[in-house]
Amino acid sequence: MTTISPQRAEISSLPRGTGTRATRIIGIATIVMIAWLALFGLVLSPADRDQGDSVRIMYVHVPSVWLAYLAFIVTAVCSAIHLFGKRHSLGVDRIAGASAEIGVVFMAVTLATGMLWGRITWGVYWQWDARLTTTALLFVSYIGYLAVRGLDGTQQQRARRSAVIGLLVVLEIPLVHWSVRLWRSLHQEATVLGTDLDVSLDGLMLFSLFVGVIAFTLLFLWLVLHRSRTLTMIDLVGDRELDRAVIARRAEGGIDHA
Amino acid sequence: MAEVSRLAIARAMFVKDVRVEIRSRVVAHQILPFAALVMVLFAFALDATNVLTRVAPGLIWLAVLFSMIIIVQRTFAVEATDGALEALQAAGVDPVPVYWGKWAALVTQLLVLELLLIVTAIVLYGIEVRAGGIVLLVTTAISATCGLAAVGTIYGGLAAGVSGRETLLPLLVLPVASPVLIGATRAVEAALGTGGTAIAEGWPWLGLLSVFAVAFGVGGSFAFGPLIED
Repeated sequence: MTTISPQRAEISSLPRGTGTRATRIIGIATIVMIAWLALFGLVLSPADRDQGDSVRIMYVHVPSVWLAYLAFIVTAVCSAIHLFGKRHSLGVDRIAGASAEIGVVFMAVTLATGMLWGRITWGVYWQWDARLTTTALLFVSYIGYLAVRGLDGTQQQRARRSAVIGLLVVLEIPLVHWSVRLWRSLHQEATVLGTDLDVSLDGLMLFSLFVGVIAFTLLFLWLVLHRSRTLTMIDLVGDRELDRAVIARRAEGGIDHA
Repeated sequence: MAEVSRLAIARAMFVKDVRVEIRSRVVAHQILPFAALVMVLFAFALDATNVLTRVAPGLIWLAVLFSMIIIVQRTFAVEATDGALEALQAAGVDPVPVYWGKWAALVTQLLVLELLLIVTAIVLYGIEVRAGGIVLLVTTAISATCGLAAVGTIYGGLAAGVSGRETLLPLLVLPVASPVLIGATRAVEAALGTGGTAIAEGWPWLGLLSVFAVAFGVGGSFAFGPLIED
């Protein structure tokens, strides 16, 4: 019979992975929906009369921005639950953190795909439009939120600080949007190619966008479940290492750790 | 022991911060020269008097923002070095008046800084302050400063005593402060008549600056305690 060392025993008592039956079902559904999105977005839906094939960028761009905003809403709600709830639960804090990480990644995808589309359609990567500028500032603000999560301190300190910052960013969004909109209303809009874009969408295009939104919502759910469980495991490992270090120091000093 | 009123705590914090500054002269000897230097560097970068006159309001507020970051770092570094904020918490002092005391001290320092920067812009960039725009200029400076100080004090409290705060503070403060940069710049342009702007065009911006100051003032009152708590 092989003897397992206490350290190995502790590690083996941790969950073996972040997947469950539910996440596997959501994962398979996500893959199916994304394959469906690729089929509709790249093959079945027609090219746009004015924009040509560049309109297909929208099938990733629009679901990405939806996912990013959904993620930030979840972060804000979880921050409020952590701060004002009686239990000050670390579980909701981890969901807030996981959701913000995913939101930042998809906000980057939104900005990148938006700039590519802008370059093809408007002739420029960037316009100082109210929506674009607000989105860019929001992106930077959530990078700041993630930086706050990375600060030194206990798990409770991390949760409290980031919950406050998560709510302050929500306070920031309308003020930034208001100021940028007021600012842009005083300037002439950029008309690089002079293209008058007709945004009325063909039925199949609208359906492709709808498929994209469903696919990305499932993707968000799948990612947030896995990532929040990963964060839980990281915290557990951190706690165990701390306990082990305390026991080792006590043993060095000849103090019984009963 | 008699309980100390909130106003007394805020006043004590304000007086302490101003006294620390008067005795150490860090703002006077380091930050004001830094801000003036930034204005000179802007002139080197833009290299055209007519462009400088046009963009002077924006440059003034940019210099204020950069200098504010340094002032906030400095004011909270003083607290963190001696563990003063922890001591106040251990003594059961209410964090709300501590926030307002530090806010008032920051407002005072920023107003002095802005006065210097406007004088520098008059001398170096050749801007002219018209009599009719003085009221707008002063009210803009006061409301923008109240908002900036509210944001600076919140995030300064968060970064106090945490390693890596030097790099974290600008990342947190600058995106939040961007509405103030936009609003204050446009209002000062109207006050100075930059590019033929009428004074009346400046007042809507003052509304934005006031809402910002109130929102983050109230937000800061709630946020400061949980942020500095251990």
